[in-house]
Amino acid sequence: MDTADFQDSARTALGDPQLRSNFRRAMDGLMAKRAAMFPDRDEWTRLRSLGAAVRARSLLNLPHLLEKLEERLTANGIHVHWAETVDQGNAIFKEILAQHDAKHVVKGKSMVSEEMHLNHALEEVGIEIIEADLGEYIIQLDHETPSHIIMPAIHKNKEQIARLFSQKIKDAAYTEDVDHLTGMARQVLRKKFANADAGVSGVNVAVAETGTLVLVENEGNGRMCTTVPKLHIAVMGIEKVVERLEEVPPILQLLTRSATGQPITTYVNMISSPRKADEKDGPEEIHLVLLDNGRSRVYSDPELRNTLRCIRCGACMNHCPVYTRVGGHAYPGVYPGPIGKILTPQILGLDVAGDLPHGSSLCNACVEVCPVEIPIAALLVRLRREAVGNGAKALKSAIPPKGAGQHRSRVESWVWWGWALAYRVPWIYRLTGLMLSRFGGLMPATIPLLKEWTSVRSKPRFASRTLHEMASSQEVPND
Amino acid sequence: MTDARAAILSRLRATETKAPPPLQDFQILESRGWSAEEKLQRLRQQMEAVHTEFLDARGQDWPTAVQNWLSQEKLPGLIYGPKSTLGAKLSSQWNNSVPLIPYDRAMEQWKAELFAFEGAGITATRGAIAQTGSLILFTGADEPRTLSLVPPVHIALLNVGKIRDTWRQVMQEQAWVNNMPTNLLLISGPSKTADIEQTLAYGVHGPKRLLVVLTDED
Repeated sequence: MDTADFQDSARTALGDPQLRSNFRRAMDGLMAKRAAMFPDRDEWTRLRSLGAAVRARSLLNLPHLLEKLEERLTANGIHVHWAETVDQGNAIFKEILAQHDAKHVVKGKSMVSEEMHLNHALEEVGIEIIEADLGEYIIQLDHETPSHIIMPAIHKNKEQIARLFSQKIKDAAYTEDVDHLTGMARQVLRKKFANADAGVSGVNVAVAETGTLVLVENEGNGRMCTTVPKLHIAVMGIEKVVERLEEVPPILQLLTRSATGQPITTYVNMISSPRKADEKDGPEEIHLVLLDNGRSRVYSDPELRNTLRCIRCGACMNHCPVYTRVGGHAYPGVYPGPIGKILTPQILGLDVAGDLPHGSSLCNACVEVCPVEIPIAALLVRLRREAVGNGAKALKSAIPPKGAGQHRSRVESWVWWGWALAYRVPWIYRLTGLMLSRFGGLMPATIPLLKEWTSVRSKPRFASRTLHEMASSQEVPND
Repeated sequence: MTDARAAILSRLRATETKAPPPLQDFQILESRGWSAEEKLQRLRQQMEAVHTEFLDARGQDWPTAVQNWLSQEKLPGLIYGPKSTLGAKLSSQWNNSVPLIPYDRAMEQWKAELFAFEGAGITATRGAIAQTGSLILFTGADEPRTLSLVPPVHIALLNVGKIRDTWRQVMQEQAWVNNMPTNLLLISGPSKTADIEQTLAYGVHGPKRLLVVLTDED
């Protein structure tokens, strides 16, 4: 999936009416629910600027906060591990699980673990890892990946899920009743929770000053994974830390309202320590894996760094006209939608995913709803330029984004050079305009650039007179 | 993996910018000045919207009220933490029409029984947040984490005098920053999911029902 061509998969998705109607209905619902949560424009604006300030402040002090987090967690009895790459991260998981002879693992929803392909890595060494979030469980049964970061099985309708359960769950009868389907999953997964050797979870926010891992969820599977097994391993991207506990409420209130239109999730689970001597439950050991996977490189550029503010609410994809039409599986990498279009090319490299920033009409809907004010559209444009720029020399920073300059083409560079020249030199501009108005119609639709344009559109028709000519014939003063 | 640690930190430090931190205005999260009645009303409204049930036991003997509710709902028993203040009161006033089961062992010693149990678990709360409709639970030695998670029904006792307007207000008043328990929970309803076609279904992994018992005391 990682190297799939976005343009090709988007085209395929557009031809699937079932998929399009599943997404359209779901996104319409999510947009309406979010809107109902922010009825007061002033409150939204103020809460949002607080959220943006919290995330910006965290990034400003990131190395310091990570050290402080490590120190506090360690003092609380939680083990901290650092992984630069996905492979290192998976190796840490394997090692901890091997030390505990853990063969059966339950996992709460975590996009970072998707980034690591953790399930695959553990299955390779004979460890059973069961997704416990209902949506994740559904797609795991069907050997699929999430199509949305909050609602991973949103591409499926209940008939598809009913069929899947009746085929994959032992003794399950076919039913389209959502309560029954949910009940079936509850039965299967309760046994898994009770018998698991280890639980894996993500982290929504980590608090440096108290050494606390905060998780939000509605189902209770996250609490099960972090409470019942004797071993809990949490994994998070290095950007998810905040300094102070008081910074948690604004972030989570923005997150849950933006994501699913809830004032808060059913559970906010704040974990600060493994089971203490006098306590009767909870894991005896907790580990936290901090994953970099390209984030420190993203961090190195002051503008692109804003990508790391993201709190993974999914509002950008819910409001994206492109995502709604092509669905989450069309995007290479694990993060679809606008955030994926800026994050994935920076993590996988512009050489691999350089067409992603172009999969946008720059309509700005994502920018308007982003609860932490990430300038997504500006970053899309920046990445487009980086992809075709002079790779070694980044536009603004010492370290260019991964794969910068790999999409540079002679024709495109030449065209832009000519474009710039025409705008700098008046007589060239006039001459070009004149030529196009007189002879532009004679250009065959098969020449480079025009060929691409006309593959899905009709050929542009040039006006027979330039704007300059029209202006002077109407005696518009030339100042 | 000390190498990874050093490499990550040094890469971050190489481009760290020294800029003044952006201003944070928390005003929007401060107290709303709601009256006691309004706080309770807002809490109920938020929580009932997500299927939470309420039992008003103010001015009554709450253990009896709880016992009557359990009988009425035909629930087979109630698990509680025997060493808590709530536990002491509960056990001293219980008439045993419904079995009262103490959570007095490590979970591992009765895991199968606990997971098969079809009754309720009862916990205290440290108060509630009106704005979001959330109960605050500090779990620990007296009240284990699974007490509010594994039984299909969770009963939570709430002193209405401890409802506050906002999350920030509670966090500051109770000085959470110096008192974080092993596991601090905000619970805002019974377990739920909308993962199948956005249709809400209750009781997916955690409790299927949440009953809040309103009292005037702890």
